[in-house]
Amino acid sequence: MTAEKKPVPHETELSKPYWDAARQGVLKIQKCSNCGTVRHYPQLVCVECYSREYGWTETSGKSTLHSWTIAHHAFHAAFRDELPYILATVDLEEGPRALGRLVGIEAQDLKIGLPLRYSFVSDENGTPILTFHPAG
Amino acid sequence: MSLSGKGAITGIGETVYARGSTRPALDLQIEASLKAIEDAGLSPRDIDGVIPIGITGAPAEEFIHNFGIEDLKFSAVNPIGGASGIASVQTALSLIDSGVCNHVLIPAGRNTSIGAKAGARIHTMPQFHYVTEFELPLGAVSPAQLYAPMARRHMELFGTTSLQFAQVAIAMRAHAVLHDNAVMKKPMTVEDHQNSRMITDPYRLFDCSLESDGGAALVVSSAERARDMKQPRVQVIGIAEGHPDSPSSITQRHDMTKLGLSKAAPRAFAQAGIKPDDIDVAEIYDCFTYQVICQIEDMGFCKKGEGGPFVENGRLQLGGALPTNTHGGLLSQAHMLGMNHIVELVRQLRGQGGRTQVAGAEVGLATGYGDLGDGSIAIMARA
Ligand SMILES: [Zn+2]
Repeated sequence: MTAEKKPVPHETELSKPYWDAARQGVLKIQKCSNCGTVRHYPQLVCVECYSREYGWTETSGKSTLHSWTIAHHAFHAAFRDELPYILATVDLEEGPRALGRLVGIEAQDLKIGLPLRYSFVSDENGTPILTFHPAG
Repeated sequence: MSLSGKGAITGIGETVYARGSTRPALDLQIEASLKAIEDAGLSPRDIDGVIPIGITGAPAEEFIHNFGIEDLKFSAVNPIGGASGIASVQTALSLIDSGVCNHVLIPAGRNTSIGAKAGARIHTMPQFHYVTEFELPLGAVSPAQLYAPMARRHMELFGTTSLQFAQVAIAMRAHAVLHDNAVMKKPMTVEDHQNSRMITDPYRLFDCSLESDGGAALVVSSAERARDMKQPRVQVIGIAEGHPDSPSSITQRHDMTKLGLSKAAPRAFAQAGIKPDDIDVAEIYDCFTYQVICQIEDMGFCKKGEGGPFVENGRLQLGGALPTNTHGGLLSQAHMLGMNHIVELVRQLRGQGGRTQVAGAEVGLATGYGDLGDGSIAIMARA
């Protein structure tokens, strides 16, 4: 049944720096070169000043739990062996959010605002999976 | 200047809803369309605009071929998922009001038994590209998994409970049991809901809509023509679509407890010149139970955060203050992209609602919800 492989992200020229950093274990997001506004997910233009110039900045790693779901059903066979797993919506200190797996915590301890830290864990395809852990 | 009172839904048509159909989507769309055109008292050749619904919608060319339409004057597609039906009524009304078309056909139909399931389908769609690149590899595969954090956040902030979700599910089921074209006929109790297996917390199986096969179609005409047509006239008195903040990513949405409907609904109510309290019957897009609660808030039936208590005590059931989804909705009638909600609203306002007719229904609304929270709303009145 689980011969099916996990989906592989289709990297683009726009997103390649994110994935390159992720493979090094670092969460980077875009930063406008003109006004300094940070953004995620990657996009071509700054929504504040419409500059098309940008760089990539390393996030501090300080983050908190915004919301979550706990998957109990595999909508794709490759994830079946990992059930149940937590998908966490996370507020990064810089402002944008990220979605990641959340590990090292029981369901009853989940709450909005929970301090988190991150790592990247390589899956079977070598995709760096953003994975959050309680910061305490 | 608005589209209020400019047009009417003059024809409605539906196939039998089922699971496991072997009929191609086009066949289902043609059957529903012919029924809607006949319901309107028109000939297929009277159709001069076609707005197909959804990625399973056949292109307008198919309707030219099959119906012998000699001079189709307009076709386009509104790609906002389950919000597309009402958005397409808005498009049709604009075309009719400006004189481009006389009678616009809005056909929908799909066969999920021989086509792709929702979980696979969305990742081929451009509006999901952020999800497909950054979230799918984590195991966020299906709409249920993408929408569940909205529900969880609402529960944590406002104390909304799974028991309140159950109130939505059992109301839809109670109506489906009475309806003559609904897939789910077994009555549901709160206990049944609570015992249904967890799919993606907080959504249990009975919080999730169906995957269905079938077709539904509408004919939209001018209010003036509708006066002399076959059916009691059901006018559109308010209509709008709304796009949520961060429409391609729920993760990045500033306030994930608000949908595109929160922008659309005030515009539609202003056009109609009425308030939520004036609504006799509501057909609310119910892809998941929580989404009904959220939309009730976004439309102003209650304040943000009060939707959970609002749906208690049978308020959404026949005989309640806001009878909702009198056909059983996507949760218990069929998932027909919300087109079934529009058809049911028209039927109710004509007084053709059969065993789930809301007595004396004169004004009602239908909503649509698409993709990552696009919204649409149509307020209609018998007049
Ligand atoms: Zn900028």
